[in-house]
This record gives sequence, structure tokens and C-alpha cells, in this order.
Amino acid sequence: MTSDRSVFSTNAVVLLLATRKGAWTLTSDAQRSNWQIDGPLFLGNIVNHFVLDPRDRQTMLLSARTGHLGPTVFRSNDRGRTWREADKPPAFARPVPTEGGDRAGQRRKFEPLAGADENPGKEISPRAVDHVFWLAPGHAEERDVWYAGSSPQGLFRSEDGGSTWEPVAGFNDHPNWVDWTQDGQDQTPDGAVLHSILIDPRDGRHMYVGCSGGGVFESTDAGRDWQPLNRGSVADFNPDPAVEFGHDPHCMRYHPLNPDILYQQNHCGIYRMERPSSEWQRIGDNMPREIGDVGFPIALHPRDPKTVWVFPMDATDVWPRTCPNGVPAVYGTRDSGASWQKMNAGMPTEQAWFTVLRQAMSVDQHDPVGIYFGTTTGELWGSTDEGENWRCLASHLPHIYSVEAVEFSA
Amino acid sequence: MKVIIPDVLQSYTDRQRIVEAGGRDLNALFDQMDGRFPGMRFRVINELDQLRPHIKVFVNRELVRDLDTRLGPDDEIQIVQALSGG
Repeated sequence: MTSDRSVFSTNAVVLLLATRKGAWTLTSDAQRSNWQIDGPLFLGNIVNHFVLDPRDRQTMLLSARTGHLGPTVFRSNDRGRTWREADKPPAFARPVPTEGGDRAGQRRKFEPLAGADENPGKEISPRAVDHVFWLAPGHAEERDVWYAGSSPQGLFRSEDGGSTWEPVAGFNDHPNWVDWTQDGQDQTPDGAVLHSILIDPRDGRHMYVGCSGGGVFESTDAGRDWQPLNRGSVADFNPDPAVEFGHDPHCMRYHPLNPDILYQQNHCGIYRMERPSSEWQRIGDNMPREIGDVGFPIALHPRDPKTVWVFPMDATDVWPRTCPNGVPAVYGTRDSGASWQKMNAGMPTEQAWFTVLRQAMSVDQHDPVGIYFGTTTGELWGSTDEGENWRCLASHLPHIYSVEAVEFSA
Repeated sequence: MKVIIPDVLQSYTDRQRIVEAGGRDLNALFDQMDGRFPGMRFRVINELDQLRPHIKVFVNRELVRDLDTRLGPDDEIQIVQALSGG
């Protein structure tokens, strides 16, 4: 598998596009004026995530499955020119067969974690990875470590650059996993997912993940144990909206320059948390009432922790999950969510009914910042002035699952 | 025994449509093929040892889903990519 692009100009932005039918790249010139599309890679594969390792700007990982074949991860060590499949893709621990039983379908009871004697855990139904949804590089000091999130909600770790993957037992076999995830059955329309794997750049043992459904969870011991982190966020689909877990965070980010500042686009609003507080503050209440504060993605300004962009969707009635009223718009805040501005100059003003999924909005590192989003109708939109003006950079692509804006040159 | 490989798996067999392989049952057959064509097994059989939903296996033109199905040296195995939507 090769890419036609062998040389990238300095300051070029490369958009890594993962779609329902393969992967593409969109490469800019230094001014971000002209864009060239290349691909497809892995045509016909359902590609959920396509990422570059920021630690070496060489290694790329791509998660894929097909309509027939099970999930896997492909790796490239040469910026996408050649690819090799993982030797051991993410998979849940195999059930231990009981005497007289067949191999498949055994319910498996997991041992409780040390110190959790009062909570013996519940039986976990047989589970298999349906697809690898999220890929995240590990801490900068753990150069070959990667994490993957799956559907149903599972966390996996590789220590060899993405070739072999092992389940993170502290999460997948946690005594509360069944309660947190409703035994993996608390599903979104495309299946339950573990996403938003965030590794604290100051301490690789400190991690966050999001589960849809399940909520936000935090570990301070490299994934050995986890605690829910949902206080203040709403789960209005639950009889008790103030539950400890069972929430539906759609996308969570921390600010790269201040990882104590977290933002979350949730099924039930937009939230901000500043650690050491453990309570989410709903900043989406300041969005226009007629638009609401439900959406999938959230993107942060790389240098200003107060500046955030979201892409709201219609969450009324039967939840169409399309642009509200068929009018797409990004909304941005420059004051941590105290106020929001509509940013849609250049976008269609009527009859546009696409959705922007949780992985499909990304920012570059330029000044002014470029913002990019991919749509379920196969269009890639970009702004090179922090959302003031927009133009369509590519169209006629398949349903876009994820967009990652990267730069190969330092 | 002869194993007929569908298009979707021929990237593992260097585009060979028919390969020779052996094993006392389907599970052993897929284990052996995975040794020769690394990664193939997990794409068609999940970690619960279940055939994936859109993969079918025929032994002498009989549809089987039990990986414990016994095999003989003269059996013909056909792996088929079933319908899987758009």
C-alpha cells in the first residue's frame, strides 16, 4: 500500500480522513490555500480512525474492518508509504471454557481487583471487539506505547508501536464494568464505544477515557483502577439525571498547554472542568436556545484554553442528529463558554442535513488556527481564520468518520 | 485438503484462490492457515472462537459453523464472503 505523496512542504497541513469506505489525505501548500487530495488507502475498508504519532511524525496507525472481516489495526513507519497489519489486533481476553462446555459463549466471571472485596463484580457476557474506534499515542516518554478504544467499550494497550495489543484488564475486567457499560449493551446507533483516550502529558499514569454509554472515567495508576468522573454532567435519559455513571460523553479534550482544563461535548450538553475540581460546569447553557448545546465533536484552540469550537446538531423530537433546521454552523467561544458566536460564513444557508461525528473535527497549529470538519455526506470543510470564513475543500467522499489535522514538519 | 479462499482474504494468500492446508477439524485448519498467512484467522474468527457473521464456511458444499467439525484429507473447504450490506 503506497501513498503518492512523498514530499510535504514545510508548514503544510495534512488532513487524515477516515471514512466508511477507506482513507484519504488532503495536503495543503504552506499558505493553506491550495489542497491536494490523495488516496484512497484501503479502499472499501471501514476506517474509524487514522492518526499520526506526534512523537516521531513518522508512524501512522489506522483502524479498519470490512463488511466481512473482523477488526484490525494497520501501521506505517514511513508516513503512509507502506503499511503492515498488526500481528495481534485488539481483542478481549478469551473466556476460560468450563468443564463440559464448548469454547464459545461461556459467561465469564472476573476476579475482583485487590482491595475490592466488598464488590465481587458481576458476570460479563461474552464479548468480542466489533471495531477499533479510537487510537491514541501513549505518553511522550513511552515512545512505543499506544492505546486503542473499541466497540463495545474496551481499552487496549500496545507497547511495540501498535503491532501487538493487550487488553487493559484494570478497565475491561473492572468489577464495575458491567454496571458502568450495562454489560456493553448501552449502545449508540453504531455500537457502544470507548473514545477520548487522554494521557496526561505531565504523568503518563494519569488517564481519562469516555464511554458511550458509561461516562467519563479517570485512572491515576496507569489504568489499573478507574473512577467515574461525571459529577455535574447530566444524564437526562436516566430516571435519576444525577447518577454517578451511565452518561454519554460524545467527545472530550484537554488543553495541550494546561491539561487541567477539560472540555466535553456530551449527549446532554457542553461542559468544562478545571482540575482539581471534579465537577463539570455546563457551559452549553449559554448557547442560543433555538440551537441547543448537543452535538458530537469539540475542538480546542491549541494555544488559548478559553477558545473552543463545537458543531451543534438537532437533538429535538426523534433526534435527527442533523444540522439544526438544515443550516450548518460552527459555534465558537473565546471566553470558556460564557458566550458563543455563530460561525458559518461560506457554509450552505439552507437544505444541508449532514452530521459531523465526534472524531470528525480537528484543528491545526497555525496562527491563525485552521479548523476542519468532515461530514457524513463526504464533504471536508475548512477555515484558516479560526472559523470566520469557511470553504469546502473536498466533496464526494464517503461518509467521514474522523479528521485529524497533522503537520509532518516540526 | 483444498481450501478455496474468497476475494476478501486473498491479500493474505498472495492472491492465491486455492491453497492446500490440513487439520483434524476446522479450528486446527484455521490455526494452520494462520501460521502460513499471519492475521487471517482473527479476521474471520473472533476471540470467542465464533465465525464472524458475514463469513460462511462450506465443507464439501455443506454449510457449517461449528469449528469442531471434523475434517478428512480429501475434504474441500470453501470460505465464502456472505452478503454484508452497503
